[in-house]
Amino acid sequence: MKHCIDIKDFTVDEINELIATAEDIIENPVKYAHTCNGKKMATLFYEPSTRTRLSFEAAMYELGGVVLGFSEAASSSVSKGESVADTVRTVACYADIIVMRHPKEGAPLVASMKAGIPVINAGDGGHNHPTQTLTDLLTIKREKGGFSGLTIGICGDLKFGRTVHSLINAMSRYPDVSFVLISPEELCIPDYVKEETLIPKNIPFIETTSLDDAMPYLDILYMTRVQRERFFNEADYLRLKDTYILTPDKLKNAKPDLSIMHPLPRVNEISVAVDDDPRACYFRQVRYGKFIRMALILRLLEISV
Amino acid sequence: MIIGKIEDGIVLDHITAGRGMEIYRTLHLDELDCSVAMITNADSVKMGRKDIIKIGRVIDINLDVLGFIDPGITVNIIRGGKLYKRERLTLPKSLKGVLKCKNPRCITTVEPELVSEFRLSEVDSRTYRCIYCEALAQLP
Repeated sequence: MKHCIDIKDFTVDEINELIATAEDIIENPVKYAHTCNGKKMATLFYEPSTRTRLSFEAAMYELGGVVLGFSEAASSSVSKGESVADTVRTVACYADIIVMRHPKEGAPLVASMKAGIPVINAGDGGHNHPTQTLTDLLTIKREKGGFSGLTIGICGDLKFGRTVHSLINAMSRYPDVSFVLISPEELCIPDYVKEETLIPKNIPFIETTSLDDAMPYLDILYMTRVQRERFFNEADYLRLKDTYILTPDKLKNAKPDLSIMHPLPRVNEISVAVDDDPRACYFRQVRYGKFIRMALILRLLEISV
Repeated sequence: MIIGKIEDGIVLDHITAGRGMEIYRTLHLDELDCSVAMITNADSVKMGRKDIIKIGRVIDINLDVLGFIDPGITVNIIRGGKLYKRERLTLPKSLKGVLKCKNPRCITTVEPELVSEFRLSEVDSRTYRCIYCEALAQLP
């Protein structure tokens, strides 16, 4: 039985198959409208995440399935102290597939060991969020036509951002990719990402603090938020917080076919004035998230169309 | 320095110099009611310096834990004053129920019935990671 706990659970071929299915769903939605008739998806959200939960729910409804579950731990038996293992064993009696978000790292893995039905990790603390990475990959495929030969700029909090580490890991499996890692020194990419992924695979990367310098070379700009709570010193935060706010002015030197991505929600790191730029694809990215989740649900339920 | 011969017991030999106390603590040898001798910085042709631990009784030793701490150790089991068995250690592929994950965000910290497990993720650096949260293993 296949689960989706970590993006590394999937080979490149499997990811390519998911992307191909998602693209077919985009082109032929009617073909998939009843593929999950009679199937139930349980969404076990131990911490609130409206965006991800709605994306999964929309995905299941569009496949013809139904959804049950809870959206915060307080409204479930978890508040009575039930273990993850007992909760998923119970839920597996009612549902065909589980989607879990949990503040503790590894909880979805525990669920996958006990449930007896497929489990999808919808985010476990700061650890993994594989469906965000799948969303990012589908977005890149749709916007750029493929993965090879791209220079990907990742900007903001590269130290704590789980989506960033996961994206680097996933993209590093495709040929001829290079990275420009743009962050304040305090939030630069951790050594282990370089030592375990980039350096062994001989993937070219540059670390810089200047978004302006990097801009002309980028095919993709993946923005993330610089959070106040990550700084030890308020003065450093105030000095840097506006450095990475993307504005139309900053895009003057960008390529005409740049794709601007963001895992959302944004706070102020992308000015709303950028939203109307055709290069801004972060709201299309949200839509792609639903389609890749549909493809994933079909794959884990072993439904072929 | 003279330490008596063991009739029945275990000799942990070829311990990397300086690691003896770590092994003594990890194997809870202080809780035994038999004699235990710790020799540190002994001369060694092979290693230059080494630590040795002699235990005056045959006890169950978790060889995986020992392999995790110091895979070069030789475990000699003595019976009737003679070498009965010699075990050489290897790096264990996984360690179950031995180490606790120190990552406060790990699911194992709130669900005590979960058995901890660390897997060997890189042989050269002897890196073990928690299977749940991927945090690095740390000695107790």
